[in-house]
Amino acid sequence: MNVPEDLRYNNSHEWVRLEGDIAVIGISDHAQEELTDVVFVELPEVGRSVDAGDPTAVVESVKAASDIYSPISGEVVEVNDSVEADPSLVNTAPYTDGWIFKLRVKDTAQVDALLDAAGYRALIG
Amino acid sequence: MSDTLLHSPLENLHIDLGARLVPFAGWNMPVMYGSIITEHQAVRNGVGIFDISHMGQFVISGPGATSWLNRMLTNDLEKLADGEGQYTLMLNDRGGVIDDLIIYRESPESYFLVVNASMIDADAAWLRSHLEGAVEIVDQSASWAGMAVQGPKASEIFEGIFGGLQLPPRNGVSRMDGEVIVCRTGYTGEDGFELFCRSDDAESIFRKFLDAGAVACGLGARDSLRLEMGYPLNGSDLSPERSPLEAGLGFFVAMAKDDFVGRDALVAQKEEGLKERLVGIEYLEKGAPPRAHYEVLDESGNRLGELASGVLSPSLGKGIGMAYLPVESAKIGTEIQVDVRGRRFPAKVVKKPFYKVPHASA
Repeated sequence: MNVPEDLRYNNSHEWVRLEGDIAVIGISDHAQEELTDVVFVELPEVGRSVDAGDPTAVVESVKAASDIYSPISGEVVEVNDSVEADPSLVNTAPYTDGWIFKLRVKDTAQVDALLDAAGYRALIG
Repeated sequence: MSDTLLHSPLENLHIDLGARLVPFAGWNMPVMYGSIITEHQAVRNGVGIFDISHMGQFVISGPGATSWLNRMLTNDLEKLADGEGQYTLMLNDRGGVIDDLIIYRESPESYFLVVNASMIDADAAWLRSHLEGAVEIVDQSASWAGMAVQGPKASEIFEGIFGGLQLPPRNGVSRMDGEVIVCRTGYTGEDGFELFCRSDDAESIFRKFLDAGAVACGLGARDSLRLEMGYPLNGSDLSPERSPLEAGLGFFVAMAKDDFVGRDALVAQKEEGLKERLVGIEYLEKGAPPRAHYEVLDESGNRLGELASGVLSPSLGKGIGMAYLPVESAKIGTEIQVDVRGRRFPAKVVKKPFYKVPHASA
């Protein structure tokens, strides 16, 4: 299972990459494998304010729709239109081209409080 | 909960194959082995194999079995010769669907029935409560396993394994050595067959098909394949509150028969005219996968009903579903909308099947 060292993770299997005050958010390799073939991604609206724990996007497989929770609080500044056009990017490149949305972060301390790679690896056993 | 689940005799094999098991109709069954889409395509283009051990098997026999069953079921059993089968329905007194099933005539007074897993006990109880004369019902569900082999290469793989033996013709049944029953039927629209055998023999037979190239397929693909054909699933598209006429299954109801359970209610429904019908709906463009219970709205946003079933069709690449809609909104071509979490996706009423099987089938 691929769990990159430079990312932070939450219990509901989203990852965060901090780039200055912008957080890039997607779902983990483990999560995409559990969901199997992603056939649809519903993106949030740019400009929307979200709190940590808010359902912010939806990722759907043939069988089920799964909420994607924002790991931190902030304002949505960009969404990945590529995964809307080609949802399978979430499966094939969960940490790169398959990112889902970007937030302008309110408080970077929220990122520090998330799981590191070792902690996330322990979570998914 | 898990200790009350029933287990297929193929469960260990599924675990070996990396299946994801989920509770379905009281059974712990594989929903997929890796990818529903890959499994779906295997059946459309090659051959797939499904564990259907959860389904029920009854043998009903004895003097008068034909006339009694003809009163318990909607289709006309008199049309069957030995070795032939038909799709039929068991109704309650209100004309609602208790179960849909396939019945095969093995000999003039002996029938083999394949019923839905969730309805085994209810079907048996209903039949027994109406039993007449010397007709006997044997429920073999617990000691039998089943597998469905489906796809354009199904007959080829069968002949490869059973060297020289021929499949029965479409909708036919034959008994082979060692208590194996083969029925030329399926739930995918493709050519194929369902094979029933003693539980102890199931794993070795299932493995033979895998070794010959059949792709193991789970209930996820089974659902997307049947929905592309517009085949109903009892519990989703059929219910005790809906008649086969509303469900568009009038072809399988022999109204000309003297009598059968539910007939009076259907006659009355015909006279009054149907208020709602189960229709196929298809998205006009890409959109969030339609799923059961999502609301169906008219063009102005008024609620018409809800989806009974829905899926993002792997073959068509767009959303399809079935819904009971008022007859005035049930005409082919009627534009509607499907509400998915507050977003509305334009769709229209279409003719079933959604997917046309390109291969010549038996």
